[in-house]
Amino acid sequence: MSFETLTGRLNMALRRFVKRDYLNEKDIDEMMKEIRLSLIEADVNIKVVNSFINDVKQIALGEKIMKGLNPGEQVVKVVFNELKRVMGDDEVKINFKETGVTVIMLIGLQGAGKTTHVGKLAQYIVKNYSKKVLLAAADIYRAGAIEQLKKVGSDIDVVVFEEGKEDPVKIAFDALKEAKKNDYEVLIIDTAGRLEIDKALIDELKKMKKEVQPDEILLTVDSMMGQEAAQVADTFNKEVGLTGVILTKLDGDQRGGAALSVKNVTGVPIKFSGTGEKMDDIEVFYPERMASRILGMGDVLTLIEKAEDALSEEDSRKLMEKMADGSYDYNDLLKQMKMIKRMGKLSGILKMIPGMANISQLKDIDDNQFDYVKVIIDSMTKEERRDPSIIARSSARKRRIANGSGRSLTEVNRLEQMLEKQMKTFKNLAGFDETKLQNMADKLQNGEIRGFDPDYKSRGKGR
Amino acid sequence: MGFFSNIFKSKEEKEKAKKMKIGLNKTRAYSFERLKEVLLKKRKVDEAFYTELEEALLMADMGIDFTSVYMDALKKRIKKEKISSTDELKDIIIDQFKELYIDDNKGLKKNDSGLTVYLFVGVNGSGKTTSIAKVASLLKTQGKRVMIAAGDTYRAGAIDQLNEWGEKLSIPVISKKEGSDPSSVIFEAIKEAKSKGCDYLLCDTAGRLQTKVNLMKELEKIYRVIGREISGAPEESFLVIDATTGQNGLNQAKVFFESAKITGIILTKLDGSAKGGIVLSINNALKIPVKLYGSGEKASDIDFFDIDAFLYSIFSGILTEEE
Repeated sequence: MSFETLTGRLNMALRRFVKRDYLNEKDIDEMMKEIRLSLIEADVNIKVVNSFINDVKQIALGEKIMKGLNPGEQVVKVVFNELKRVMGDDEVKINFKETGVTVIMLIGLQGAGKTTHVGKLAQYIVKNYSKKVLLAAADIYRAGAIEQLKKVGSDIDVVVFEEGKEDPVKIAFDALKEAKKNDYEVLIIDTAGRLEIDKALIDELKKMKKEVQPDEILLTVDSMMGQEAAQVADTFNKEVGLTGVILTKLDGDQRGGAALSVKNVTGVPIKFSGTGEKMDDIEVFYPERMASRILGMGDVLTLIEKAEDALSEEDSRKLMEKMADGSYDYNDLLKQMKMIKRMGKLSGILKMIPGMANISQLKDIDDNQFDYVKVIIDSMTKEERRDPSIIARSSARKRRIANGSGRSLTEVNRLEQMLEKQMKTFKNLAGFDETKLQNMADKLQNGEIRGFDPDYKSRGKGR
Repeated sequence: MGFFSNIFKSKEEKEKAKKMKIGLNKTRAYSFERLKEVLLKKRKVDEAFYTELEEALLMADMGIDFTSVYMDALKKRIKKEKISSTDELKDIIIDQFKELYIDDNKGLKKNDSGLTVYLFVGVNGSGKTTSIAKVASLLKTQGKRVMIAAGDTYRAGAIDQLNEWGEKLSIPVISKKEGSDPSSVIFEAIKEAKSKGCDYLLCDTAGRLQTKVNLMKELEKIYRVIGREISGAPEESFLVIDATTGQNGLNQAKVFFESAKITGIILTKLDGSAKGGIVLSINNALKIPVKLYGSGEKASDIDFFDIDAFLYSIFSGILTEEE
């Protein structure tokens, strides 16, 4: 689902384009139904969804609708902020012991990615903290598990302690002895995958915990998990006691609502996310990214926020009016570009839009284009800037501007055509009225219209 | 006669359903009071009842699309058939699932004139390798000659994992070294299986997220190579799905179907607390039936999927008093 459809759906839920400053309860109730569905689609546990919706509703009530946002966007913003708050706000550092061996246990269901993440975490600690790490192979049940860890260990050049298929508690204990003896600073224990309801295996973890007194017990959670993630994490936490979560397989296209469920029921921080099969595919957890992802919106809200800072409503309204009455000129274009430039690099901004991140053409976007356009405009006379038509009529002027700016004639032509096209597009918007104008301004603020793009084709279709 | 009085005709069937129910005690976390009041204490059907039923389906990961298709059909039927007794209501709740569930190729297909090839695909950690060992063991107990191709040449330890199973089950495993081209491993395994006169060749593949275009291309190639060697093969192409999988399961099924013409699902880890309702959503969208389910770590922890038992396990404690 894209940004447009979620906010679109929310606005649809109101069945009319409300134009008011505050959100009332009825509007919010309608919109909450859509948010609820969206969160369930994203695999957030229903019980968590229900209580989350309740909280959000309280916050949204009486929330002032920000300038430039429509009610749907305003509510998405509230939801987004609350998601971010619930999933984040925690120190995600690893709890290292000041002296002695820091012990980290990785636990979880079968196939969640424990062994792979033991390796990734080890490499992360070696790289970022330059600590001496030992791995312990305590999964004696799954066929090939010890071999897998040994291969992972040799790939990243970290020693693996193993004692074959002995008692896992003893293996963990012996590994700790070994670590102490040989001045290792960190011991990471790979445990067997197990069901949270398997009493015998949960008891094994409890015993291991007692023997090695771990500083961290990290639960690996498959981010593709559905409704059951809440229950699983809750049980592991109650039975064994967790200090953090590693969210795995985030390189897929799931929305990852499990993250919210797990955080909500356990209260322990999500410390890392796994984003691929290579050993460096691990990063600290970003609540903001996860919130966008759960809502299915890329990082588009960050864009809204940036846009809110950069473009004052008045500025953009003035520009809109100028476009509408045909008095838009190169001075305005320059002003508009400057405002947009304050939002950051163009390529960076485009990447925040869902679906754009993977477009290969992005690599070709030249952030200097702003500067090129600026030098071209700077080479125009005041008169030319105010009245674009005199440039359009004279190729001599264009050649002079090209020479003066050091850019090619083609670029000058392109800029001229772009401005013309931009004007045409806006004029085509039949009968501007207040609502439509506001709507355009909203779109401009949201970056949905790229008025400054030299390769501008017929993108600003209006509506 | 009510559904629950006649569904479990034989003791054996009842045992099977019970086995499937192992660990399925999760609905307790969510009480479904209204459902119980209506179904067990014979209160009237109302909106609260429908809301709770809907939540029960969503809690089982059946997803919004399937759930709304189901709820619409159910409501219509209750109205049309003027359902009044709770026994009828229970029957109809179950029956509506069976009406929507599509399974037009029961059992496992085989090649009557030679080697039968089964391909196993799925995302990382769904349980492919373990499922292969289980299916191999199942076929072996039926007296078939089975061979396994270690087509996961990517994950560290995957080949060792299969070899370990092979030794345990006395089933030959054809492998090359880690990092080899999986198509070539499978190509050679087919030759080997043919020359040894095997009945079945089970092909493992590396776990891959459906978003990895290159890996999906690689899978297409594997599928093509098998079809080139034996016309009509693979007879079955299994998508292995973990019962805990959420709505992404549908994306998985769609993309894997594109690359490897999925013929059936193996639903794994059903001994856990998750219900695996996503398979109903996949079935509804893509008409792919569930063929087998896994419920433990032993080679014998596999069985043919049975929709009745599956539904019973999902609704145990809701449609029936807890046993």
